[in-house]
Amino acid sequence: MTSLFEEVPPTAVSSDIPTTRVELKVNGETRAANVEPRLLLAHLLRSGFKLTGTHTGCDTTNCGACTVLYDGQPVKSCTMFAVQANGHEVMTVEGLATSSELHPIQEGFKDEHGLQCGFCTPGMMMSAKALLDENPNPTEDEVRWALSGNLCRCTGYQNIVKAVLWAAEKMRGPEPAAETEGE
Amino acid sequence: MYPSRFNYEAPTSLDEAIALLTANEDAKVLAGGQSLIPMMKLRFADPAMLVDINNIPGLDKHGKESDGSYRIGALVRHAHLEKSKSLPEHQPLIASAAHLVADPIVRTRGTFVGSVCHADPQGDWASVMVALRGSIISHGPNGKRTTPVTDFVAGPFQTVLAHNEIAIEAVIPAAKGTRAGGYLKLERRVGDFATAGVALALDMSESTVNDAGIGLTGVGAQTINASEAAAALIGSALDNDAVENAARLAAEAANPRSDHRGSADYKRHVIATFVKRIIANVQHAEMQVA
Repeated sequence: MTSLFEEVPPTAVSSDIPTTRVELKVNGETRAANVEPRLLLAHLLRSGFKLTGTHTGCDTTNCGACTVLYDGQPVKSCTMFAVQANGHEVMTVEGLATSSELHPIQEGFKDEHGLQCGFCTPGMMMSAKALLDENPNPTEDEVRWALSGNLCRCTGYQNIVKAVLWAAEKMRGPEPAAETEGE
Repeated sequence: MYPSRFNYEAPTSLDEAIALLTANEDAKVLAGGQSLIPMMKLRFADPAMLVDINNIPGLDKHGKESDGSYRIGALVRHAHLEKSKSLPEHQPLIASAAHLVADPIVRTRGTFVGSVCHADPQGDWASVMVALRGSIISHGPNGKRTTPVTDFVAGPFQTVLAHNEIAIEAVIPAAKGTRAGGYLKLERRVGDFATAGVALALDMSESTVNDAGIGLTGVGAQTINASEAAAALIGSALDNDAVENAARLAAEAANPRSDHRGSADYKRHVIATFVKRIIANVQHAEMQVA
């Protein structure tokens, strides 16, 4: 089997291929790389920074498996060039958990069985993160709407929606006690 | 998938961007990139240079001007319009279409003006612009010009923009009265191309229609301006006869093909239904206010 990367002598690459230095924050940490302009953000994250949690699914802007947060907003990292991230902040699925604790969204997917093969899960979770950052108390409809750019071929979505609602509840913390009727 | 090699420039002023386009005939403007980048990956497009306009200040605003017109800058994303609190009052048609464009993730990057420039016959914004008689303001080496959208789009995926001109703004003319309207789209799933879509704009005084515009999505080789159908509404009080007549004329103006999304007859039927439904929604909203 051939390797995905083949080392070539430096002379094999024509010297007029321009590379650009990019510096960006990835999951809170400043990273830099020299990239060809045509390198996609998804590939910089996966092959460059070895953050393979971001998946490339369809590679045609349909499936949302490669979703990351770009300055807090969900984007398809297969549909942005790495050079465009220069000076910006990117958050991948690896940025959700701390070293000791899962993020409530990750817990929710575990508890509510929100994944089967797991391929779409990182993208689902990043879209869910963007939703809950903006709307901590979404309705089921709002969850479905927010995830409508992420395709899943296993679950039928039911448990994914439950997982996000579970996470929303956990992130809101305990509800204030309901007022007693008549008072 | 990788696109072909290209040079990347990210100018911070419009003049600089126009100079780059002038010096490089095979350069393309990159705004949201949600159509351009997929096309480059599939090698349908292989520009020698991308001029990224995302770092040019001042292009990300939208709002009502003192003359009553509504302006949308080249870097206003679909999501900005979708989440705008003030838009539904000023431009109900744009507000009702914003959340139906592509999918939520594409909407955070993709731009209104870029979508019009892409000139996809299936594009939602072109129909909205047709219904509202909107124009595109472009900036080139010799200054600015304003082109009505019906002239701006020259054909499928073609516009009248010169290679060194940048579409910087969309302008929607002031309402003649109170603006109402809406967008309805039938799609098999989120993000699919429209089976059929109708953009309908009404300018009203009380219950009388001063002006109307109807644009049709996905039912022809290009966005269809159903001007006869719109004319049937002008001067009416949206009575049943006028509405039925407009719905019939809109269906006749459609030129759909039978395909995997449905037969031509079915799509015409959807167009007529959508015209009636949008008007019913407008009347319902009025009753709520009254």
